Amino acid sequence: MKKTFISALALAASLGVGSAAWADILVGIGAPITGPNAAFGAQIQKGVEQAAADINAAGGINGEQIKLVVGDDVSDPKQGVSVANKFAADGVKVVIGHFNSGVSIPASEVYAENGILEISPAATNPVYTDRGLWNTFRTCGRDDQQGDVAGAYIAEHYKDAKVAVIHDKTPYGQGLADLTKAAMNKAGVTEVLYEGINAGDKDFSALIAKLKEAGVSLVYYGGLHTEAGLIIRQMADQGLKATLMSGDGIVSNELASIAGDAVAGTLNTFPPDPRLKPEAKDLVEKFRASGFEPEAYTMYAYAAMQVLNDAAKAAGSNDTTAIAEALKAKGPFKTVLGELSFDAKGDVTRPDYVMYEWKKGDDGKFTYVQK
Amino acid sequence: MDGEPMEYFIQQTVNGITLGSIYGMIAIGYTMVYGIIGMINFAHGDIFMLGAFAALITFLVLTGLVAGFPVVAALIVMMAVAILMASLWNWTIERIAYRPLRGSFRLAPLITAIGMSIVLSNFIQVTQGPRNKPIPQLVSEVYDVFGISISLKQILIVIITVVMMTAFWYLVNRTSLGRAQRATEQDRKMAALLGVDVDRTISITFIMGAALAAVAGTMYLMYYGVAVFTDGFTPGVKAFTAAVLGGIGSLPGALLGGLLIGLIESLWSAYFSIDYKDVATFSILAIVLIFKPSGILGRPEIEKV
Repeated sequence: MKKTFISALALAASLGVGSAAWADILVGIGAPITGPNAAFGAQIQKGVEQAAADINAAGGINGEQIKLVVGDDVSDPKQGVSVANKFAADGVKVVIGHFNSGVSIPASEVYAENGILEISPAATNPVYTDRGLWNTFRTCGRDDQQGDVAGAYIAEHYKDAKVAVIHDKTPYGQGLADLTKAAMNKAGVTEVLYEGINAGDKDFSALIAKLKEAGVSLVYYGGLHTEAGLIIRQMADQGLKATLMSGDGIVSNELASIAGDAVAGTLNTFPPDPRLKPEAKDLVEKFRASGFEPEAYTMYAYAAMQVLNDAAKAAGSNDTTAIAEALKAKGPFKTVLGELSFDAKGDVTRPDYVMYEWKKGDDGKFTYVQK
Repeated sequence: MDGEPMEYFIQQTVNGITLGSIYGMIAIGYTMVYGIIGMINFAHGDIFMLGAFAALITFLVLTGLVAGFPVVAALIVMMAVAILMASLWNWTIERIAYRPLRGSFRLAPLITAIGMSIVLSNFIQVTQGPRNKPIPQLVSEVYDVFGISISLKQILIVIITVVMMTAFWYLVNRTSLGRAQRATEQDRKMAALLGVDVDRTISITFIMGAALAAVAGTMYLMYYGVAVFTDGFTPGVKAFTAAVLGGIGSLPGALLGGLLIGLIESLWSAYFSIDYKDVATFSILAIVLIFKPSGILGRPEIEKV
């Protein structure tokens, strides 16, 4: 009796999902909803949710209403793959995500096998699109673009300084650090120290004593804001007056709350603030009215949904291979980030990174300001 | 190289001793519990993290209520609340998760301990959120002694470790409570027959371990300025390693093991690639255990008849 009851339940459940997939288009949000990068996960989730609501209100994608499914990858590649498998089993057609390159890369292989389109608003590692998969796209830039911008900046402003390159041994962090290193080496600046640290560590006193010993005045760090914040804080503790420069991974208000006042002067490459673009004005106001500040990746996630919608319309079909073809061929698409078009790999054709500096605002809070 | 090689060595040694003191204080909890009931309390690292959070919340409440609360008083109150909370939790865990399984097969308490560790970290994640919780700089003085920068925080950590260790040494070796603990450790049944309240002694051992972990947690929070729910894991594993390296069951061994691991980490990082820091630490552990299976100060296991 019990067994038949359970199988009846399972049948009902599978029918439920099946019938939903008929009328709607299932879109998965693959992001770290919990874990150390939950702040970024929330930005992606908010962006996609708002976009889905707006597109649904305008009639959906080719008449199909968007239904969202959230998968929490906790920034863990293994968890990301199981989220991907769950999406595939649920009949998800398009995934907006993931946040981390290290998660997006293995997950994209699961998606490719299952006919799922993946548009990441945040995975900047070149490998993500360089493998030539049919289904990988991103609305953000690539690390090698960030590396070029940072390398050129170092060569211009820190020509004679002692520079250290540190990374957190993750595909994102080390990838970014290596690309910056290559760009600055090419421009004639050689680092005095190159080290990898463990993401999740708290104690960087040994590293900082080493930096101090080497007389370093610029630390290029490839990694995320949690470790960057601690490094900045502990550099100040040990009296090391050096500037930390990093990439888009440290962009979070948490950086300032961890690092304290020492965050002043910290540099990072980041795309020009999407909130300041004229195309984004209405959406930013809408978010602010609902009590959410659309930081960093919110707009990129929103734009990912916009290009999906426009490409599906251009293709005249909700078939994922047709959408992928249209994304590459039928651009540019009008988005909150401005006009976006994609190359044959799935990368945005125009690089957009500039240097930012962390400064104290009028309200006494630190924020990053475009240089 | 800009600085003097000797100064650099001493600077890194100071960093290592500070880190090692924190590991040592946590390691005591592992070693005491193992000594008395022969189980590894894997939830101990999370008790340490919980202590850090109790201190953090106390700090926020204190500064919220009174602007400009004196730092020394704040630290003492933070530590007291942390000790209270961590002890209460560890006592409860022992009472509900370990005691009913005492006398069961050996793996049962080990598995519940791992379960308790997951319960605690998830509890903090859900109630306190998954983000890093920062506090402002409490103690910011840094002294320059012959070219070596030593922060007041580091001095405080070492002093508090010495004080706590002395107090514990006295408690275990010079009081009737310590006598009961040592008796329970040697032969639980015989101790019970001679009038030692074994259950109570074991409970107190858990409370003592938790109190030290809470002090370490408060120090950790003060030193690094942030707490996050995953903080129990890495320091917990390192402290457990310290307890094994020093000889599990031995109190001076736990402190020695902690200091050694702190020093290996910072001196390895100082002269070799930081990438291989943990590889170095655990290789040294493996080598020590090959030549001295009971750890540096551990007594070899004697079969009790």
